[in-house]
Amino acid sequence: MGINLLKRIGLSIFVLFGLSILIFIISRVVPGDPARLALGPRAPEWAVQKLRQEMHLDKPLYTQYVLWLDGLVHGDLGRSLVTRRSVTTDIKEFLPATLEIVILSAIVLVFGGIFLGIISAKFTNSWLDGLIRVISYLGIVSPAFVWAIIFVLIFGYNIPIFPTMGRLSPGVVPPPMITGMYTVDSLITGNFGTFVDAFKHLVLPAIALAMGGMAQAARITRSSMLDNMGKDYIAAEKAYGIPEGLIFVKYLLKPSLIPTVSVASLDIAALFGNAFLVELIFNYPGFSRYGISAMLNKDLNAIAGVIMVLGVIFVTINIIIDFIVAYLDPRIGLAGR
Amino acid sequence: MGDLVKIQDLYVWFRVYGGYMKVLNGVNFSVGKGEKVSIVGETGCGKTTTMKTILRILSSQAHIPKGEVLFEEKDILKMKEGEIKRLRGRGVAMIFQDPMASLNPVFTIGDQLAAVISHSGVQDLDKEKIRQLSINALKEVKLPDPERILGSYPFQMSGGMRQRICIAMALATERALIIADEPTTNLDVTIQDQILALLRELVTKRGNSLILITHSLGIARENADRIYVMYAGNMVEVSNNEELFCNPLHPYTEMLLGCVPKLSGGGIAEGIAGRIPDYLNPPPGCRFEPRCPYATDRCREEKPDFVDVGNGHKVACFKYN
Ligand SMILES: Nc1ncnc2c1ncn2[C@@H]1O[C@H](COP(=O)(O)OP(=O)(O)OP(=O)(O)O)[C@@H](O)[C@H]1O
Ligand code: SF4
Ligand SMILES: [Mg+2]
Repeated sequence: MGINLLKRIGLSIFVLFGLSILIFIISRVVPGDPARLALGPRAPEWAVQKLRQEMHLDKPLYTQYVLWLDGLVHGDLGRSLVTRRSVTTDIKEFLPATLEIVILSAIVLVFGGIFLGIISAKFTNSWLDGLIRVISYLGIVSPAFVWAIIFVLIFGYNIPIFPTMGRLSPGVVPPPMITGMYTVDSLITGNFGTFVDAFKHLVLPAIALAMGGMAQAARITRSSMLDNMGKDYIAAEKAYGIPEGLIFVKYLLKPSLIPTVSVASLDIAALFGNAFLVELIFNYPGFSRYGISAMLNKDLNAIAGVIMVLGVIFVTINIIIDFIVAYLDPRIGLAGR
Repeated sequence: MGDLVKIQDLYVWFRVYGGYMKVLNGVNFSVGKGEKVSIVGETGCGKTTTMKTILRILSSQAHIPKGEVLFEEKDILKMKEGEIKRLRGRGVAMIFQDPMASLNPVFTIGDQLAAVISHSGVQDLDKEKIRQLSINALKEVKLPDPERILGSYPFQMSGGMRQRICIAMALATERALIIADEPTTNLDVTIQDQILALLRELVTKRGNSLILITHSLGIARENADRIYVMYAGNMVEVSNNEELFCNPLHPYTEMLLGCVPKLSGGGIAEGIAGRIPDYLNPPPGCRFEPRCPYATDRCREEKPDFVDVGNGHKVACFKYN
C-alpha cells in the first residue's frame, strides 16, 4: 500500500511536470503580445517595453520556462494582468471559495447518488423507484445551470429559505483567513453563527452542481445492484441462511459500488468546470469564474496558474479514487498484497 | 429409509414478457436420509429450478401454482422466516454449478466462510472458533495452506480450488442434505474425478444425504444409489442404479443410454434428435411426445402419471400403464 502510494505520487509529479511544459508552451505561442494586451492599445511603447522586460518576455523561451518554473515551485505564479495582483494571492482568495462548494457537492453527489440508487434497487418497480428514476433522467439531461436557475427561483423567491447571492449575508464579517474556506475557518475560530450563514450560502450551488453526477451515480448503483442480485453468489449466500438485510448492505452493495465510484470520480473532476455558470448565477466569487475570466482576457500568468492548480487537484482526486476502487475491488490489486 | 426431502406434484412457472414459462410440470422426487440420489437430464430441463425450490431461493419472477416440497414432513413452501433460516443454516447446503460465479468476488474466502459458519445455527461461536472451523473445513477438502487461503480472494484461485472451497462451505458445519449442482461441469476433465471422489468420500463419512445433479449417466452411475431421469420439467423415470442400466423403461432413457458412447463430453442434447419444447407453449400431453418414436394419440392429449412398476422403479409413460 505504502509503496503503491509513493509510486502513484512519483508518477503524478511526472505528469504535472509534463503539464507545466505544455501550459508554458501554449501560453507563449498563442498570438498577441501579453504586455500590450495588459496595458491597452493607448499605452506608450516604452511602458509596454518595460513590462515586457519585467515579465522576461525578451529572454529566450527556455530561460523563460526555467524562470517560470522556479517561481512556480516557490509559489510565485507572476502577476495577473487583469486584477493586477499576484496570481498566488488571487488563487488563495478564489480557490477555497470554490473548493467549499465542490467538496460539499461531491459529498452530495456520492452519498446522495448511492443512497437513491440503493432505495431504487431495494424497492424495484415501486412508485418510489419510479420517482427516483424520473428525477434521475431529469438530472442527467439538465445541465447544472438549469438547476441553479430553478433553485434560485424556488428557494430564493417563492420559498426564500436559502440565500442566493455570494458567500455571506450582508453585514456578516468573514472569519479570519486560515484555510480560506469560510465554513471551516468559522468553525475553527468558533464563530458558529458565521458557519451557519456561510453553509447556507453553499447549499443551493452545491446541490445544483451535484444534480447531474448524483443522478448518474443513482442510476449506475441501481442497475449494478439489480444486475448482481441475479448472480449465483448472492443466491448461494441466501441459500446459506445469511440474512437478506446483511446480504443487501454488505455482500451485494460492495461489488455494486465499483462502477459507481469509477464514474463518480469523473463527475467530481468535472465539477470544477461546471461550477463556472453556477458561480455566475449565484454571484459567487469563485475559482471557476476567475479561470474563465483569465481565459477571456488572455491573462497568461493567471491561466497557467489556474491550470496548474486544476492539474494538482485532478491528480489528487485520481489517486484517492484509485485507492477507494482498489479497496472495493481486490482484483485491481492496488491496495492488496 | 424415511424420506428427508419429498417433492410432490410441483409446478414452477416464471413470469416473462408474453406470459409464463411453465418450467416444472408436476415434479415428483424424494431423497432418503443418508441416501445418494442423482438427477440426470439435458440442459434446461429444470434441475437447478427444482433444487432452488428446496431452498426457496427462486428468483422473484417465479410463481408456484401447485405442489408440495416436504423437508422432514414439513412443507418448505409454507415455512415461516425462522424455519426457513433453520433449514438453510442446518438442513440443506447447495454447491452451485459454476465455481467461478458462486463465490463473491470482492470478499476474502475467510470472510465468506465465516459468514456461512456464523449463520449455521451452531451455538457459542466466537471469532477463534469460527476461524478454527474454517481452517478445518479447508483441510477436509485437502486444500494446502488453509491459513493463506482464508486471506485470499476468489480470483486468486483456480476453478478446481474454488469448487473445493464451495464444498468446504457446504460441509463446514453439520447439515442433513448436500445438493451438488453439476459440481464438475465447468472444470477440467482431470480435476472432475478428484472433486467427485472427494465429495463422495466426505458425504459417505458423515452420512449426509446427497443430491448430485449431472448431465452424465456415467457420473450418476458411479456416485448414486438411485437415479432420476428428468425431461422438460418432469421426472420421467427413477430406479436403482443397476436396474436403470439393465432395464430402462422410458423412451427418453432408452435414447440416453443408446447414445452413452457419445456422452463422453458430458452433453446429452447433441446425442438425441430434437430439443426441449418451448416452455411458453409446451405440448399439452406428454412433453416428450414430439420426440418420441412410440407416441400415440393419447400421449398428445393426456399427461402420463409417474407410477411404480415394482421395486421402486417408477416411470411416466403410457407404454406402461
Ligand atoms: N428466473 C427465470 N426466469 C425465466 N426463466 C427461467 C428463470 N430461471 C430459469 N428459467 C428457465 O427455466 C428452464 C430450466 O432452467 P434450469 O436452470 O432449472 O435448468 P437446468 O436443468 O439446471 O439446466 P442446466 O443443465 O443448463 O443447468 C430454462 O429454460 C430457463 O430458461
Ligand atoms: S407417454 Fe407417449 S409420448 Fe410420452 S414417452 Fe410415453 S410413449 Fe412417448
Ligand atoms: Mg442448472
